[in-house]
Amino acid sequence: MNKSLNQSLFFLFLLFLQVLILNNINFLGYINPYLYISFVFLYPLKEKRFSFLFFSFLLGLLVDFFSDSGGIHAFSTLFIAYFRLFFVKVFFRKIPADYPFFNIKSESFGKVFNYVVTLTIIHHLIYFSFANFSFQNLSMVFLNTLYASVFTLILFFTGNYIFTKNE
Amino acid sequence: MQQIIYFFQKFKYFLFFILLEFIALTFTFNNLNFHKSKFVNSANSITGGFYSTLSNSTEYLDLKSENELLSEENTRLKNILEKNITVSFDIDSTVIDSLKYQQKYTFTNAKIINNNYSKPFNFLTINKGKNQKVDKEMAVINSKGIIGITENSSSNYTRVQSILNKNSGINARLKGNTSYYGTLKWDSKDYNTVQLHDIPRQAPLKIGDTIETGGKSTIFPEGIPIGSISKINQGNTADNKVDVLLFNDMSNLGFVYVIKNLHKEEIQSLENTNNE
Repeated sequence: MNKSLNQSLFFLFLLFLQVLILNNINFLGYINPYLYISFVFLYPLKEKRFSFLFFSFLLGLLVDFFSDSGGIHAFSTLFIAYFRLFFVKVFFRKIPADYPFFNIKSESFGKVFNYVVTLTIIHHLIYFSFANFSFQNLSMVFLNTLYASVFTLILFFTGNYIFTKNE
Repeated sequence: MQQIIYFFQKFKYFLFFILLEFIALTFTFNNLNFHKSKFVNSANSITGGFYSTLSNSTEYLDLKSENELLSEENTRLKNILEKNITVSFDIDSTVIDSLKYQQKYTFTNAKIINNNYSKPFNFLTINKGKNQKVDKEMAVINSKGIIGITENSSSNYTRVQSILNKNSGINARLKGNTSYYGTLKWDSKDYNTVQLHDIPRQAPLKIGDTIETGGKSTIFPEGIPIGSISKINQGNTADNKVDVLLFNDMSNLGFVYVIKNLHKEEIQSLENTNNE
């Protein structure tokens, strides 16, 4: 009970952090971090995935509602949510029996880094491709992906560092 | 039957994933279509409510610049008014003020509560909606120039398609006695610069010339300022493209006017009559 309450508070916190603060940063005119995807990194691994997929989709869709982007955030967030398991297998070498005991905070930094960076870049690449919605300005898509990914990752790892140290 | 159930059992997550992705794609495609963006937009009461609370708490930060804008505009309008009064007193015959009986536009003031300018498809949200008689396809301007076209309204909020949107195409012309028209579009690169397409080659263009709305559409009244020419394309390209530097700073917008054309339905019904 306590756990699911924590999860929903974290969900709302990320949503409002994203739409009320991070969407208005516009560093150098156009660079914004998309920190709300850390929901996907930190949601516990479970055998049953329906709720996880649905909540990822819902978080993306709510961000879409606020930022007038159709369903782009929902699409890209759901995409990394579905393929998260694959990357957990690749980077952490886990089998389904390990899922209940998996905790991202107890893993080594190198593995977590690879995992988070891969998912972030996939998410941002899909997001900016759809936001651009044409084959022109492809260089802008890649540059945006690069800048925004760096921004998101800096925020994610700083936040992670601060919040784990207190415990 | 067993086979089908087994298939669903095996691929249930994948099928759920495909279903949700399909829904997301539908929203995405509808959002890019001017007439279909019904569901996912910031003009509904929940997101609109959040944005209006946020903007209420931050608006005092730029009160000073808003006041300066307002007093500038008042000075300009007072000057125009003064000119008109003197003119009408000079004529010593009965003046029939035709404007008075054929009012074409009504203005409503509104406040921008959410502003985007960094994406290729940008939208704004304003705090007036159907209850205040603001509906789709109305012009949105401020004292410096044009901002966009209303697109979708709920009872109290309206979403505006910014001129910084790759779908926007606004009729514009060169200010002055000439009547050379073009279409104003945006290439999604710089939020201070828009592009004027298809302006005739013989048009006398100079850097610094003013571009204003053309009045060839039922949305914008003619003569609303847009920007000044910043770069002229010298090459022989198919569409004669001119860069226009906007008068408005689109990253810093506050209060706006929504313009309703009272003759819109009449004009449109006339244009839609079939040729016999």
